[in-house]
Amino acid sequence: MTDNKKVVEIIKVMAEIIHENAQFLTDLDAPIGDNDHGINMDRGFQKVVEDLPGVENSDIGAILKKTGMDLVSTVGGSSGPLYGTAFMKAGAAVAGKNEIDADDFLDIMDAAVGGVQLRGKAEKGEKTMLDAMIPAVEAIRKGVDAGKTPAEFLADGVEAAKAGVEYTKTIIATKGRASYVGERSIGHQDPGATSFTLLLESIAALYD
Amino acid sequence: MKKIINETSQVEDQMVDGLVKAYPEYVRRIDGTTVVVRSDKKTGKVALISGGGSGHEPAHAGYVGKGMLDAAVAGAVFTSPTPDQVFAGIKEIATDQGVLMVVKNYTGDVMNFEMAADMARDEGIKVDEVVVNDDVAVDGSLYTVGRRGIAGTVFVHKIAGAKAETGASLEEVKAVAEKVIANVRSMSMAITPCTVPAAGKPGFEIAEDEMEIGIGIHGEPGTHKEKMQKADQIVDQLLDKILADIDYAGSEVAVMINGCGATPLMELLIVNNHVSDVLKSKNIKVYKTLVGEYMTSLEMEGFSISLLKLDDELKGLLDATADTPAFKVL
Repeated sequence: MTDNKKVVEIIKVMAEIIHENAQFLTDLDAPIGDNDHGINMDRGFQKVVEDLPGVENSDIGAILKKTGMDLVSTVGGSSGPLYGTAFMKAGAAVAGKNEIDADDFLDIMDAAVGGVQLRGKAEKGEKTMLDAMIPAVEAIRKGVDAGKTPAEFLADGVEAAKAGVEYTKTIIATKGRASYVGERSIGHQDPGATSFTLLLESIAALYD
Repeated sequence: MKKIINETSQVEDQMVDGLVKAYPEYVRRIDGTTVVVRSDKKTGKVALISGGGSGHEPAHAGYVGKGMLDAAVAGAVFTSPTPDQVFAGIKEIATDQGVLMVVKNYTGDVMNFEMAADMARDEGIKVDEVVVNDDVAVDGSLYTVGRRGIAGTVFVHKIAGAKAETGASLEEVKAVAEKVIANVRSMSMAITPCTVPAAGKPGFEIAEDEMEIGIGIHGEPGTHKEKMQKADQIVDQLLDKILADIDYAGSEVAVMINGCGATPLMELLIVNNHVSDVLKSKNIKVYKTLVGEYMTSLEMEGFSISLLKLDDELKGLLDATADTPAFKVL
């Protein structure tokens, strides 16, 4: 499905898309969080890109691990540990591999979701990034099992993630800072679920 | 915004340097970090690390020294430090007996410290944690992530630090820290807001004749705003909530009257005058009282009351020697 060179390309696209959407993500965060999600994610991915030359010839596991470590040390707040853990666990799932297939990709996504759940102690339905991640991974799994191409199963994943973002508008936050505003969080889409969807779209953008 | 600072981006850095330059006999800074550690590393005991955002001075670096913390990690103002910073602190102070992290209950703090613990465990360092949640003001209804950790955290630093100094095991130090957490309750109020330097404007607004009850240490909203009252009435209100939460009747307590950063000591003493009388009338014996600035919120004007219910073990550890820049029992 991809080799380490392509993973580097994907991460660069992620950084571009996060940068383009930094203000949008921050604006989403203002009413229910602390008004910095886009700024923080953008700062983190800029650091990731800055450090890519040092790892671009490494295996995919090492590239993902370094990405996670950079996010952890630069994003801050809760998103840093959450995305950082997601990438580090993803890296551990494919440690030593220079090329991965669709099943490896599923392992990456499962590890990322597991990492976010472990770190955030959250479940689906609490208005967090998991509300986009979990349905997206399930859609991708169905696609892989049905023998679909990467372009097809990634498109399925993006569609499910977007539906998940819409779902977050309808529910009350019970985790993280958004839980502080309680019922007032209804009607707002979750910034973390939104940024995850953008990252998945970044991967899909390189398959057609 | 009017503040005695240089550039807003330098606030945390220059604060840490200023502390280290003032107290070189107690603390030093780990290069390239905002981590402060004891200048004489103590081995043969469990090492304690705590921290959080800056803006709470003298917490947390002021409590680094004999009988309290071995390291304190300072994040940006009111922002959790990142795991790599916490990890740098853990690595520096780690002993064979292990490291105990004292974390206040905020989502970001808990995650960043737990990640640092994972990184340390990967390198074979024994790490455990306790999470302090002493604030009775906010509960499940508003803050579903649980109660916040506020000034009662300083009692955890003191008592767990004293226990560690005896050479107790990590399990024993953790157990006594958990005992403090189970027996300490706090609540705050404020009459002015505070301004995070990078934000440039106050975090909330409050009318001249109003006060905010149950406020957090980052100026987060509390239970409600109401008209300003006399000191004794404010004390009654805070104490009612604390005393309703656990049964203190007939027990001995340690009292902390904590200033939020811009409260005159005169007013803190007026607060304590009534706290002491109320406790006496309720048959609660005051074993020890601390009045001063222990866990501040920049220049916020207000105070918190913390009550720690004591047993013989906690009394002994509270009285044990501590020698740090901001807390001394000699």
